[in-house]
Amino acid sequence: MAPAATDFRALEATNRRETVILVVVMMAILVALGFALDVWAGSIAIVNGRLVGFPVLTIAALAFGAFQALTSFYAGASLVLMSVHARPLTPDSPAHQTVLDVINEMAIASRLPVPTAYVMDDPSPNAFATGRDPHHSVLCVTQGLIEQMDREELQGVIGHEMSHVADYDIRTMTMVAVMVGGIAMLSDFVFRIMFFTGGRGGRGGSRGDSGNGDNGGGALIAVAVIVLAAIAPIISQLVAMAVSRQREYLADASSVEFTRNPRALLRALEKIAQIESPLKEGTAGTAHLFIVNPREGLKDDEEGFFDNLLSTHPPLSKRIERLRAMAGAGAAEAGARNPRA
Amino acid sequence: MTSVVILLIVLAIAGWIASAYNSLVSLRNQVDNAWRQIDVQLKRRHDLIPNLVEAVKGYMQFERETLTQVVEARAKAVSAPDQPSRMAAETQLTTGLGKLLAVMENYPQLKSDENVLKLQEELTTTENQIAFARQAYNDVVLGLNTRVQSFPSNLIANNFGFHAAEYFKGAPEDQAVPKVDLSMSAPGAPGPSGPPRV
Repeated sequence: MAPAATDFRALEATNRRETVILVVVMMAILVALGFALDVWAGSIAIVNGRLVGFPVLTIAALAFGAFQALTSFYAGASLVLMSVHARPLTPDSPAHQTVLDVINEMAIASRLPVPTAYVMDDPSPNAFATGRDPHHSVLCVTQGLIEQMDREELQGVIGHEMSHVADYDIRTMTMVAVMVGGIAMLSDFVFRIMFFTGGRGGRGGSRGDSGNGDNGGGALIAVAVIVLAAIAPIISQLVAMAVSRQREYLADASSVEFTRNPRALLRALEKIAQIESPLKEGTAGTAHLFIVNPREGLKDDEEGFFDNLLSTHPPLSKRIERLRAMAGAGAAEAGARNPRA
Repeated sequence: MTSVVILLIVLAIAGWIASAYNSLVSLRNQVDNAWRQIDVQLKRRHDLIPNLVEAVKGYMQFERETLTQVVEARAKAVSAPDQPSRMAAETQLTTGLGKLLAVMENYPQLKSDENVLKLQEELTTTENQIAFARQAYNDVVLGLNTRVQSFPSNLIANNFGFHAAEYFKGAPEDQAVPKVDLSMSAPGAPGPSGPPRV
């Protein structure tokens, strides 16, 4: 018996909704940042209960947000690939040919278009998928994965990635990667400005007609800006995590559905669990894309409250446990039906 | 008032009929498409076999019988007059190729022949793609048949000539065995009849 079929349609709908929520949340964060900056810089002020001045930075932040959303949608995959220094995977060696073949096999199994293949020159075994939909999908594996996995294990890993493609996880996760990166960049930028101007509020505002005699208020707003700028990346990081963890269990299950072989991914994850080498290119912005967390060196095997809150991936041991349960059930069933298995 | 209610009910029923019909059409197209996928892979396998046999026969003089079996099954599949006899020949071919790939393990000289290795990888992936295409085909057939047979969509199916499609039944061992891993480059990889690794 094959595992219960995953309802990719429903997952796709969830992802579309989450993408909208993501864009709205990111926009709200940016507008809040822009507004605080406007007040701090003095381009707008509240005088006698009325807003005076022109919220130039708020509008700039809004424009930045819109630009970022569009960029992350249309160019997200290229940006992600660039940031991890991936290059197109060509059949230049037998091992690379095998990977391309396995990608074809899993595309057939999942009834999806064949994704473009990329490779990262990294000895740590890992993989991720990106793109905006199944027709614009990219699958990237590390050289370490190619060298350390046999064909069966590759099928498991690539099946996992194809499932992220099938249910549009790739779109949500790629947009998260680019937008989280953008927010981090922006708040960094704000910090720099704060340091250069010595954190003194109201300086730019002296040009306008807003009141700058309110020094205490200016300091308060400066603090608010710092807090906001500090919180923004944390919020965006939390968003990134929230959208990522459940997906891994789902993708593991769908990988088994595609390969009809729980041992494939199980063996791959067990092998990865033995290797303690974090990825060189795994940055905060892209960690959630990978099949296993590239940053933690697989030390995320404890599942405490904070691990749950701050990790982009479920503990590897839990995922292995679930796959073992599937393999056990599958083997018992197959054994009853077919003495060869 | 009553006429409005009746009109709404009629519209709702018409809408349901249209959407049920459309989803049946979509499922039937998926089944056709999935079938073509299998066909593509089977053709690719036919094209591959002469090259493979040519490449290995020098090394494998003692396996005449296996090679002949493969060549004959291929000839039968290519010239089959109808679908059932073709499928029977394809199944025979799958078995023959499995045996060939297994006995190739006994000829270590083959591992140093780059051309053979290349052909072997191609054959391995083709066999896997056939298996996966068959699996995908059966998945969409399941979807179509459920629609065709279950109430109330069966009313639409019966009236508009939608039929349950037939599952692709392969050799019995194909159903439970994981996809083959015959790459010689992976050390310790067992042949197709080897025990499943845990």
